[in-house]
Amino acid sequence: MKPRHKRAALIIGGLAAIGVAATLVLNALDSNIALYVTPSEVAAGKTPQGKAFRIGGMVKEGSIRRDNLTVNFVITDTAKDIPVAYTGILPDLFKEGKGAVVQGRLGPDGKFTASEVLAKHDENYMPPEAQHAVDQAQKAQQTLKQ
Amino acid sequence: MSNRIINWFKFASPQSFYPLAGKMIPWFWALAVAFGIAGLWISFFVAPTDAQQGEGYRIIFVHVPASWMSMFIYLIMAAWAGLGLALKTRLSGMMAQALAPTGALMALLSLWTGALWGKPMWGTWWVWDARLTSELILFFLYIGFIALQAAIDDPRRADKAGAILALVGVVNIPIIYFSVKWWNTLHQGASVSLTKSPSMAQTMLWGMLIMALAFWMYSIAVALMRVRAIILERESHSDWVKELREVKS
Repeated sequence: MKPRHKRAALIIGGLAAIGVAATLVLNALDSNIALYVTPSEVAAGKTPQGKAFRIGGMVKEGSIRRDNLTVNFVITDTAKDIPVAYTGILPDLFKEGKGAVVQGRLGPDGKFTASEVLAKHDENYMPPEAQHAVDQAQKAQQTLKQ
Repeated sequence: MSNRIINWFKFASPQSFYPLAGKMIPWFWALAVAFGIAGLWISFFVAPTDAQQGEGYRIIFVHVPASWMSMFIYLIMAAWAGLGLALKTRLSGMMAQALAPTGALMALLSLWTGALWGKPMWGTWWVWDARLTSELILFFLYIGFIALQAAIDDPRRADKAGAILALVGVVNIPIIYFSVKWWNTLHQGASVSLTKSPSMAQTMLWGMLIMALAFWMYSIAVALMRVRAIILERESHSDWVKELREVKS
């Protein structure tokens, strides 16, 4: 083995060792790295009691009710629903049927009081006409199913 | 070694790479300007408005290429650093050193434009999700690499220390790239990837890809300019540098 081959082998070995170590650390940290929990995880009682945390999911269609400055809506992952109350300014992309992440505390009555609401954007970028066509197609498919 | 078509080892010597880099720089600048003008024209005037985000989405024409470059430059920098460690070629360390500031600039641009977009769209400038945090760590890795190299006077020892830091940091690149898949993040998933067709309107995609090419050409041009300066600085005692026309005059 020439010295430069030895050094190359050392470097590759070192990189592999670091990779394995990082994988183990990230696996151990898994749930702590997640920015939010899903409504199903909340229902399963996996959330801290009396501490602030974030829930992520869809804003349920037709669930937004405005009561003076307070907005009430339901956040869902289609399996479980969590009712949320929030007083403050909502981001532009906050809409029914779209993703959102809410931060706050879960009350004893199962109602979540949010101190911050963030909109979650998806990876789709399209002009309004294309969006319109997609909506039409989805509607047509739904009527076919019925 | 002599029966190879191109003798790559010839260009591994700073003396023969210096004039070659000088010849390439104007071409890369010309391409950068051409792609930049075409890309900006598409991004501002041709690409349609987004259905949900309105005009605000146009930040992606800078944000996405800058983010791609910040990750890619790091890989190239680490590869040069690794080559330098294994083969002890002088040019490798210089290349790594020349790439770092451009990489740091791209990481900063990515974070900054992301924050500008995040405030109106998400409702926050910053959130500690996996994607944003790992990109911030990438920025710190670049800064750390630059600082470490600058802190050691002997260039060979500086290269060695920097190379080890750069190689350890490589582990962060797949974490940035896959963070949106592995964990719940606020940052959306990839619109463009190797494994599926892009979820983006055609003209928007073209604008972004051409801007990415412009960023590539710019990065190569400035890295070559910087590596020429580093060669002159490190080889200033050698005869061939003293004989250079631009040094003599």
